[in-house]
Amino acid sequence: MPEHTFRVNGEQVTVDVPDDVRLLWVLRDVLGITGPKYGCGISVCKACTSHLNGKGITPCAVPVKDLGPADEVTTIEGLAATAGGDLHPMQQAWLDHDVSQCGYCQPGQIMAAVALVRRVAAEGRAITDADLDSLRNVCRCGTYPRIRQAIRAAAANM
Amino acid sequence: MSEPFGRRRFLGYVLAGPVLATAAELALGRDTAAAQAPQVPSPEITDLLDLNDMMTAAALPTSGLISVEVQPDGTVSFSLPRAEVGQGITTSTAMLIAEELSVPLDRVRVTLADARPELLFNQLTGGSNTTIATYTPIRVAAAVARLRLLQAAAGEFGAAPADLRLRDGIVLDRAGRSIAIGDLAVKAASTRTEPVAVDLAPRESFTVIGRPTNRVDALAAVTGRKRFAMDLDVAGAKPTMVCRPPTINGKVGSVANLAEVRAMPGVTDVVVISTGVAVRADTFGQCIDAVRALRVTWRPGTAEGKSDQSVRQSLAAAEIPLGLRPPTPVVEGLFTFQFRSNSALEPNCAIADVRAGRAEIWSALKSPIVTKQAIAAKLGLPVSAVTVHVTEGGGSFGRKLFGDAALEAAEVSQKLGKPVKLMWHRADDSRQGRVHPMATSRVRISYLGGTVLSYTQRHTSVATDLSHGLGEIITAMAARLPVGDIGFSETFFQLSQQMSYNFGANSRLLSETDKSFNTGSMRNVYSPDVTCARELVVDQVAARMGKDPYRFRREFLRDARCRAVLDAVATAGGWGRSMPAGTAQGIAFHAEYKAVSAALVEIDCRPATVNRPIRDGVAGPRVTKVVFAVDVGLVVNPRGLEAQMMGGVMDGIAQALTAGLHLRDGYFLEASWDNYFYTRQWNTPPELRVIIVPSTSEQPGGAGELGVAASMAAVACAYGRATGTMPTTFPINHGTLSFTPKPTIPPVPPSPSDGLAHPWEP
Repeated sequence: MPEHTFRVNGEQVTVDVPDDVRLLWVLRDVLGITGPKYGCGISVCKACTSHLNGKGITPCAVPVKDLGPADEVTTIEGLAATAGGDLHPMQQAWLDHDVSQCGYCQPGQIMAAVALVRRVAAEGRAITDADLDSLRNVCRCGTYPRIRQAIRAAAANM
Repeated sequence: MSEPFGRRRFLGYVLAGPVLATAAELALGRDTAAAQAPQVPSPEITDLLDLNDMMTAAALPTSGLISVEVQPDGTVSFSLPRAEVGQGITTSTAMLIAEELSVPLDRVRVTLADARPELLFNQLTGGSNTTIATYTPIRVAAAVARLRLLQAAAGEFGAAPADLRLRDGIVLDRAGRSIAIGDLAVKAASTRTEPVAVDLAPRESFTVIGRPTNRVDALAAVTGRKRFAMDLDVAGAKPTMVCRPPTINGKVGSVANLAEVRAMPGVTDVVVISTGVAVRADTFGQCIDAVRALRVTWRPGTAEGKSDQSVRQSLAAAEIPLGLRPPTPVVEGLFTFQFRSNSALEPNCAIADVRAGRAEIWSALKSPIVTKQAIAAKLGLPVSAVTVHVTEGGGSFGRKLFGDAALEAAEVSQKLGKPVKLMWHRADDSRQGRVHPMATSRVRISYLGGTVLSYTQRHTSVATDLSHGLGEIITAMAARLPVGDIGFSETFFQLSQQMSYNFGANSRLLSETDKSFNTGSMRNVYSPDVTCARELVVDQVAARMGKDPYRFRREFLRDARCRAVLDAVATAGGWGRSMPAGTAQGIAFHAEYKAVSAALVEIDCRPATVNRPIRDGVAGPRVTKVVFAVDVGLVVNPRGLEAQMMGGVMDGIAQALTAGLHLRDGYFLEASWDNYFYTRQWNTPPELRVIIVPSTSEQPGGAGELGVAASMAAVACAYGRATGTMPTTFPINHGTLSFTPKPTIPPVPPSPSDGLAHPWEP
């Protein structure tokens, strides 16, 4: 089987899987990195949201062959390290606002929130209600209002 | 030392063991209304006995113990015989123990108990009953531990226990000497199991109970360390998925290409099972590819040819007549509530390892004893040979009352002789998973002048499957109810529906029909629909009498506790404020689970809002503000209670406006979250306030489901007032199909491969 080499959470990994296996399953089923969750498999629920070179992706829609040795995948497990602490400011805001209920979608919510704040900051603007409305991650527990509060709080610390 | 006023004495146990273990009967401390109920029928049965009383009373004869253990490292462990699915009961349980045992919250470790058949009816998570049922026994077990620790410390110090204090996990004497409870864990242990009488801390001394507290699993959740069933590493349990029929509950006829699919990359096994064709592979991605490659001939399902329209007709035929129309003025309404999905974000899933003579199962299960018994029967094993581990659940909303995936995983594992990690694809979860049944509700209110004379409601529903164990409770209790010989569903309906308005003679009846669908008790069960119908007609009666909707409700609500929550939302929400055309407020009330609640909603139905562009989603009217007030009696964790009300509000918005299923030709068109429009960020009210009305009650009520009914009703009422037309079908967008249905063969969509092709979209 073909080998694929890329970086995950700061470490280089090589996996021996067919080209078209999606990154979500390489992470979860091959590498045992279970923070990114399955919620739909077609990039609509966004529960698996992670980062590729700092930008948001849904690993359920990325064939592993699309990754190269220089590509850095960051999952929720590696997020804190990108901020150099035990917790990323977004994770801390999530704790401060006690956002999680069942918690299943929350890794994806946090990764999407970080990507959103980075993108908005790159545009030189502050987060608006319209930005928050644009988040597509499904939370079936309905934690949306606390997610909005947490993102606004974290944006001030990022 | 005199006993503080109001203390109550309870009997717990110290258990024989190497470290301190104490226990209480799970059925302890329940003052059931059943025991006090007069033996005459009453027009308002929930005054005498509600669903929670029934669940509680059903548990009384059981002798199952729950136990608290103090470990040498100073932690306290407790195995909770309930399912945590997001409702926050591991946190509230830890708080009860921390309070009574005077240990820091972070030293209390609450885990979920395996299925324990000896608990009989007492391991069902449902009816928002957990805190109601466990509030006293958990505290008694912790209080026994506290007493034993003080006695052990007294021995160490040569002091009287009364001269010692236990605080923050440390026992102190008057001389300033201290010893940590971990150092007493062995010394306080008992060689014999014996009863111990204890007093519980009085409410006025509480420092943990009632304090807003963050979830104990929050750190694990935000770091990705929280483990759900599919995150567990069980040796040899490879990903497994099932190729399912194109119609509801169809069966496999024949498979044309078994050998070909078995040879696909990563695939280890393909086998026909009772619900489809199971595929086991190295990754779920390869399962998806294999499921899509299978060529199966299918036999018909249980709902063949049925559609929304045909089910609606069968409901009309099953409706119990309202009775003769009285000679006084009446207002009537007939409402239709479409099928809804109770998919959680974690799909149906389970790990099973079935070997000769034994089976081990891991799954989030709210009724694990029933599942264990069902699996044993299916596998032909004795119940004692089946171990069922209850894992943390990624949401329930009714789904986890049933062990559908656990039964399936057990069947596959037995057939293959290998462990399996079985997960339903979202398309399976949406199309073959359990649903909230379609229902209609007809309401008639008769009135004369300013007086309401009678209230009549006929709720007609596709049958709700209650076979997860609640049915057993009802069986056990039905004979003791003052309602005569009526069925399970009618009993459940009568016990969960209250009439909180002084509306004269009232009659509310349920009729169920058609058992061909996979249904379940979705969060708050009948109440969102029943309440929504009632509150809409209440608005109509108020209008006929020329009264304001808030003032009218206030006038007819039957007690001060009900009025207090209504007043709270009216005041905080600025009821009656002037609003632009096309926008309006709505207000509604609901009582259940020994709690009362009210919602005030503001909605924007102006075309510019309704038609705002949303890619692959439904915009529709925007709820711009929600004020929700709740009185659940004694509150264990206000922050958790707020979270549950918030979630209930999001459910209510979804059910009123956007979230419904479309049935065509025996299957549901919705196959994923881009078809089923649960509330999303663009539907979320920018302003939400939850008000917890202070209560002097000594007893907690239920919270996990409470928020849905009043929210849905208030959104519906606001929509009616904003548009000038009372809505009669829910969700209101049901007439418009807002997506292109996915194919049914193959049953799951292809995995996209363009994840890097687009600039990032949130």
